[in-house]
Amino acid sequence: MSTSATEREPRTAGGPARRRVDLPSPLRHLLLAALALAAVAGLLLVTGDLTALRLAAVGYTMLAVAGLQLLVGGSGQVSLGHGAFMMIGAYTMALLVLRLPMLPLAGNLVAVVAVATVAGVAVGAATARLHGPYLAGATLILAVGLPGLTHRYHEVLGGSNGLTVRTAGAPPFLQGLVSGSEWKALVVWTAVVLGLAVLATVSTGRLGRRMRAVRDDETAAAMSGIPVGATKVTAFVVASAAGGLAGGLQVYVLGTATPSMFTLSLSLTLLAALVLGGIGSMWGALWAALAVVYLEIWLSDAVRAFELGKDVENNLPIVLFGVLLILVLRFQPLGLHGILQRLRALLRRAR
Amino acid sequence: MDHFVDLTLGGLASGAVYAALALSLVIIYQATRLVNFAQPALALVAVYTAATVAPLTGSYWLGFAAALTAGTAAGALVERFVVRPIARVSRLNGIIVTLGLLLVAQGGVGMVWGNDQHGFRYAFDFVGRPSPADVFALASVAAVAVLLFCLYRHTPLGLRMRAAALHPEAARLSGVRAGLMLTAGWAISALIASLAGMLAGPPFISPNVFDAVFVYGITAAVVGGLDNPFGAVVGGLLVGLGMSYVSGYAGPELATLTALALVVLVLSVRPDGILSRPAARKV
Amino acid sequence: MSAALLEVVGLGASYGAVRALDSVSFTVPERGFRAVLGANGAGKTTLLRTLTGLHRADAGRVLLDGEDITRMPAERVITRGLAHVPEGGGVITGLTVEENLRLGALWRSPRRDRATEAEVLELFPPLVPRLGRSAGTLSGGERQMLAIGRALMARPRVLLLDEPSLGLAPLVTRQIFALLRDLRERTGLTVVLVEQNAAGALAATDSGVVLGQGRVAVEGPSAELLSDDRTRHAYLGF
Repeated sequence: MSTSATEREPRTAGGPARRRVDLPSPLRHLLLAALALAAVAGLLLVTGDLTALRLAAVGYTMLAVAGLQLLVGGSGQVSLGHGAFMMIGAYTMALLVLRLPMLPLAGNLVAVVAVATVAGVAVGAATARLHGPYLAGATLILAVGLPGLTHRYHEVLGGSNGLTVRTAGAPPFLQGLVSGSEWKALVVWTAVVLGLAVLATVSTGRLGRRMRAVRDDETAAAMSGIPVGATKVTAFVVASAAGGLAGGLQVYVLGTATPSMFTLSLSLTLLAALVLGGIGSMWGALWAALAVVYLEIWLSDAVRAFELGKDVENNLPIVLFGVLLILVLRFQPLGLHGILQRLRALLRRAR
Repeated sequence: MDHFVDLTLGGLASGAVYAALALSLVIIYQATRLVNFAQPALALVAVYTAATVAPLTGSYWLGFAAALTAGTAAGALVERFVVRPIARVSRLNGIIVTLGLLLVAQGGVGMVWGNDQHGFRYAFDFVGRPSPADVFALASVAAVAVLLFCLYRHTPLGLRMRAAALHPEAARLSGVRAGLMLTAGWAISALIASLAGMLAGPPFISPNVFDAVFVYGITAAVVGGLDNPFGAVVGGLLVGLGMSYVSGYAGPELATLTALALVVLVLSVRPDGILSRPAARKV
Repeated sequence: MSAALLEVVGLGASYGAVRALDSVSFTVPERGFRAVLGANGAGKTTLLRTLTGLHRADAGRVLLDGEDITRMPAERVITRGLAHVPEGGGVITGLTVEENLRLGALWRSPRRDRATEAEVLELFPPLVPRLGRSAGTLSGGERQMLAIGRALMARPRVLLLDEPSLGLAPLVTRQIFALLRDLRERTGLTVVLVEQNAAGALAATDSGVVLGQGRVAVEGPSAELLSDDRTRHAYLGF
């Protein structure tokens, strides 16, 4: 089973680094990132093209969920607009490739992050005073409304057909050594681990502590001198940038951006996956991403095997995520990560 | 000028639907401080029940009755067995669980009926100015608002429900079954959401048919103030008119984002809605 | 002492791992007026909350006129004749004064009980001109009156009061205590009064229970408790 291998990979990467607590946080996270990337590369060596694409999907999904994790788990703000920021990143990427083909990929990705950050600042500043249900409501509107723009600006954004781009494969000197899919997976994971390192650094640093203080009690945080508004907006912006980069990477892998990829269901599924994986831990984002990518694949296979039809195939993952979300909240509020931690504690005690 | 009159009438009719949805949100928010994002899910249950029952029985009104019954029952059951045990833990979890319900309902409807649009006949004609459909929408929502007011202000059940919402413990000490009142509130809210669904859904229904409608419903509730039923009605009509003009003069794709701008603007100036009385911040 | 109307046998309750009540036993006879005293955190409020089912009892029994009401939910306890005026009164500020009163009698009948309403208003004349106003506009003393009035609307046999003197002027407190005595004389109401203000409460009641760390420390007639220096110093702080 390919997932068991992926599941093991981050832990081996996390093992040696965790003991070096004396390293400064950014450096430690970069080291972790490098190890994770090496693990993914190793995994790519032993698996085929199909797995490479799926791994790439796990990568960008994980980045998106990790951004949401920072926002919801870290600062306690529920955003349903995460899919909207992925869409902004995706369309930025597609437009850059179409309009400015001379730009290098790295330049594109930097631009994608920049655009998503600007969008995050705009939305975050506008919604800075909204709390709890109001923020959820406002971002819900964003998630529902934004795809409509593609119809409005049909000539530029391509309407419901969206934009299709061709992205470059492996550079010439590597041709024959790695396939196009493998190269894409490597590129995606390089960007993802860098993004995750940034997110981890933020969430373990001062900003992260402030965010958690704001999440636990806004008034108390304000009284202890934490700039509540700025902290919330910053969390929103960082999360938006992560979402945008994830969307850009998605287009890089899939070569297409359509409005139907970024419906409200996407935002809801990301949130469900986050809760399922475990709110409050970056590892939760990994389990979440694996669940999103592989549940969908397995369910599709199962539905086809039982010949249940297209309607079931398209919707079963959504229903399952909804049901899992409710069950996890009801019986296991810490998600898969919580279960794993408890298992580990049990094992340690048994030893 | 003709265009303007059309837009105004159409705006009022859809505004009535938004008002109903906003009202249904306010009922639940007042009782539990929870914004029920599963409201479109309840409306979906209602319209798809109607779309199944009406052709079977050959009567639109039987389908209509079945829709309201199914939606109401779904609301009550969901509150008692899904939302209550989870929302008790934290408000964040409460919001998330209603979103989970929305996922389940949209996906579930898609599984059974497909993601494509279904035609669903409406009892009234859409032609005319005002069209019979518009009149029915406005009249039924007005009736609901009046009935609701009477229920809450002038009946023992209404008094119990208000007491349970305002101060559950004191209500219980006076013999009010606070939990039951909560379920009753959800049932009433679901009934109104079902009605709104029956008004807003046709002539075509699909799993995402209420996304935009719900957006305007939330906008209306937020503009009017989430714990103000009168505000919800006024907000609904205002949003209906505003969106109608925006769609008519600037393009329908911009309406949703206009709603977003409206929400952000209103909340930045009056964080609890236009019609709310400014209250001291509770610590 | 005739048969007890309210009988508490070995009652225990906890907040998580913290034991709040530990085998508390006492009885209140019909027409009795009993004070429950003790320092902050002695378990007085928890005792009342456990009696009416707002807090779960994990040991012991509560008998009301012989009927076991230990596990009865709070909203049913009132129907057995046990009314509870919680700390601060529990007046519902979003309702009018009149609606608060009506709420008290609602479990008996959905129809408005004007007779009882008139009786209650006779006890609390200051409420009359304020019937149509929001309960949030009342002063502290008026709120306490409304809270007691709402409880009386239920026509209870036993009235539990949690610190009605809290935040009130001494004069108002004395009036309320006097009113409770008067009610007992006229209607045969049984009253259990939880108080921090021990001297005032002992002066008004006929017997008292002193709680210390969740247990019954001392029990006896009010006059005796009042004159026993050791009890006064150890538990009552005056």
